[in-house]
Amino acid sequence: MDRRKSIQTIILGAGASALAFHGCKTDSTEVSQEIPATEATNYFGRTPAELERLEKLNAEQLFNAHEMETIAVLSTVILPPKEPHGGPIEADVPNFIEFMGKDIPEMQNTLLGGLMWLDHKSNTEFGVEFKAATLAQQQQICDEICWHDTELDLEKQPLEIQFFFLMRGLTVTGYYTSKVGIADLGYKGNMPNVWDGVPQEVLDQHGMAYDPEWIAKCVDQSKRNVIAEWDEHGNLLT
Amino acid sequence: METSNIVIMQIKESTEIYDVIIVGSGAGGGMATKQLADAGLNIAVVEAGPFFDPADPKTMTQLKWPYDSPRRGANTDRAFGEWDMSYGDWEVDGEPYTHAEGTTFKWWRSRMLGGRTNHWGRISLRFGPKDFKGKTRDGYGEDWPIGYDDVKPYYDKLDKLIGVFGTNEGLENDPDGFFLPPPKPRLHELFYIEGAKKSGIPVIPGRLSMLTKRINNDRGICFYCGQCSRSCSVYADFSAGSCLIFPAQKSGGKVKIYVNSMVREVTVDEEGRATGVSYINKEDRKEYKLKAKVVVLAASACSSARILLNSKSKQHPNGLGNSSDVVGKYLHDSTGSSASGVIPGLMNRKVSYNEDGTGGMHVYSPWWGDNSKLDFPRGYHIEVWGGMGQPNYGFGFDANGFNKFFGLKVGGYGDSLRDDVKKYYGSVIGFGGRGEGIARKENYCEIDPTTVDDYGIPVLKFNYKWSDLEIKQAKHMQDTFEELIHNMGGIPLSDKPGKEQNYGLNAPGEIIHEVGTTRMGNDPKTSVTNKFQQLHDVDNVFIVDAGPFVSQADKNCTWTIMALSWRASDYIIEQLKQQNI
Repeated sequence: MDRRKSIQTIILGAGASALAFHGCKTDSTEVSQEIPATEATNYFGRTPAELERLEKLNAEQLFNAHEMETIAVLSTVILPPKEPHGGPIEADVPNFIEFMGKDIPEMQNTLLGGLMWLDHKSNTEFGVEFKAATLAQQQQICDEICWHDTELDLEKQPLEIQFFFLMRGLTVTGYYTSKVGIADLGYKGNMPNVWDGVPQEVLDQHGMAYDPEWIAKCVDQSKRNVIAEWDEHGNLLT
Repeated sequence: METSNIVIMQIKESTEIYDVIIVGSGAGGGMATKQLADAGLNIAVVEAGPFFDPADPKTMTQLKWPYDSPRRGANTDRAFGEWDMSYGDWEVDGEPYTHAEGTTFKWWRSRMLGGRTNHWGRISLRFGPKDFKGKTRDGYGEDWPIGYDDVKPYYDKLDKLIGVFGTNEGLENDPDGFFLPPPKPRLHELFYIEGAKKSGIPVIPGRLSMLTKRINNDRGICFYCGQCSRSCSVYADFSAGSCLIFPAQKSGGKVKIYVNSMVREVTVDEEGRATGVSYINKEDRKEYKLKAKVVVLAASACSSARILLNSKSKQHPNGLGNSSDVVGKYLHDSTGSSASGVIPGLMNRKVSYNEDGTGGMHVYSPWWGDNSKLDFPRGYHIEVWGGMGQPNYGFGFDANGFNKFFGLKVGGYGDSLRDDVKKYYGSVIGFGGRGEGIARKENYCEIDPTTVDDYGIPVLKFNYKWSDLEIKQAKHMQDTFEELIHNMGGIPLSDKPGKEQNYGLNAPGEIIHEVGTTRMGNDPKTSVTNKFQQLHDVDNVFIVDAGPFVSQADKNCTWTIMALSWRASDYIIEQLKQQNI
């Protein structure tokens, strides 16, 4: 009970700090006069036009404080934090969902409407808003909407079903595209290395083997730095 | 203010006369720049987009993590995801195009120095002897006025200059070359090799222009991040800027680059010969003129056709080089159809290693079919994808959606989602068939006089429909993919597209291999350029993009664009020397 409460406090705190960030915005005319933030700390190869759009989206606010807190709570019900790689809060999932809702406005009605449905349901059943309900109550609500009909188009299913599908998708994708989520997944790439084939124990696990004839044609990584030279028939000499 | 408005109305003419103006800086323009500058000519390169250098940390997306962006790599700003290094996709702000009713064509443009070479798949396949003689082979389309032997020396030089990995397999229509050694197959590629073997489909190492081995001291070697689509900051993949234009400048060539400059038309003198180009500077929105002895168009097949058609004068009332009325005709893209499957044998993988590899496929299947036993002409190759790639937006969205294939429940929530994500990570394998459509006069682009772009230039209107031949080819692709997935013990991720979906045949333009709009030929009545890519009508205008292609092959067009651009450049140098132009 105590532990649960402390998680909730952390979540609510995270939601609030996310909003504090948005609270810093000035009115949009002022923002648009800013020169694109080429010196921004989070610069990631954007063009000036793309930066302008980012600034515009960041200046907008989609969810209010209560909705951000509800998203934070719901996301941790969907994907509970787990040592050592945390959960949706450590992955900044609530802010990610806020951003994506603005970036892909087609999601907005489902997200906003779904959050309203969640509170209405919780108020009706338990006399308390979703975010303040007990975990068991929250789970009871989720249990009703977390199974969609895989044979039917999602758009043809009730809004709350669509909402949960979308929230689960955004939560899981938000988590696994974060630093902690990538660590949890164990992805080892996105860094310079020298590829020299699948490790033997992995080949063994999957019952695969390299064809020696094929491998003989492949790059000898010990000579990758030696400038290529060929004979007149295209045979590599180096 | 009044006076400055008057100034704006005037076309600004530069006094300098260049030897050659090259319009466009992609594969064809880059190669012409390199060859002509190396020959000592004074060059102006006119590019519609901004300057771009893959090594610039400000624009670089290579090695970024999804969490470096608030949208985690989603494709809201760039069609192939926000790390893709193409400024512009099938839509470019302020540059619309239109369609004839009931037809489709999707037109990709990359507005930047180097153009589409900054993000392309680097699949670098030579055309084979049969590919130049389509009509002789099966009666469809037209033969090229040249054959493989004319192009072979340039392919050979190109392999050595740019670098391409692959292997000499002695295949008749997939010729040998001067290859760098290929990387070893990844795990899913071993599954593919085994699956294909069961159906008698050949698999050979991929052929991609990435440096698995050093070729000179100016370019780096591949460090296997798998992100060639982001353009390599150490120049270990081929991009026209980093591998052709910068080296041309570095070796002392006279190359002046005009960026953000959108060419409107080729200007002509009283005799109807080209004097240069007029262009709109996108920054001040004013029209300027550049002069040159020779104009080389390399703006991409459709853009070059557009420039020619917009270059109307009393000497060329039907557009420049268009006395034949063939400019814009015979537009054709590669055919494409795709499928993917989940492979149980690839589930529950060890994530102990980095298998990013090179960008794209380490193995592929060149065309193997015998058309005498098939109901369509020409063929296709199969590109393979899969593996434990970098998670980006969308990863894990339907974390246990594949459960339905195994009789397990789909949906729910909780800790088990983590297990679901890991269970299926790296278990999907996908195929893209990329084939040859037939060039037809009825498929074309033309000027739409009712619509202009933001720079006041009349836009292209497309008129393109696939025929039964391409649809039958797509059906064959789907049947093949179904068999391959079955051979690997896998389950297709989606229902096999049927007749009513054209068997999943991509819309024209979606494969981004459009060619043929200014085709070459010996007869000026039925072709736009001669076999050296010189306009029949105007001897000092050349086209070195994919416009002069008579037919696409079941190959990707870039390697041939560059080989032919080099060949045309040699011809230009020779003709200038002999004072013929």
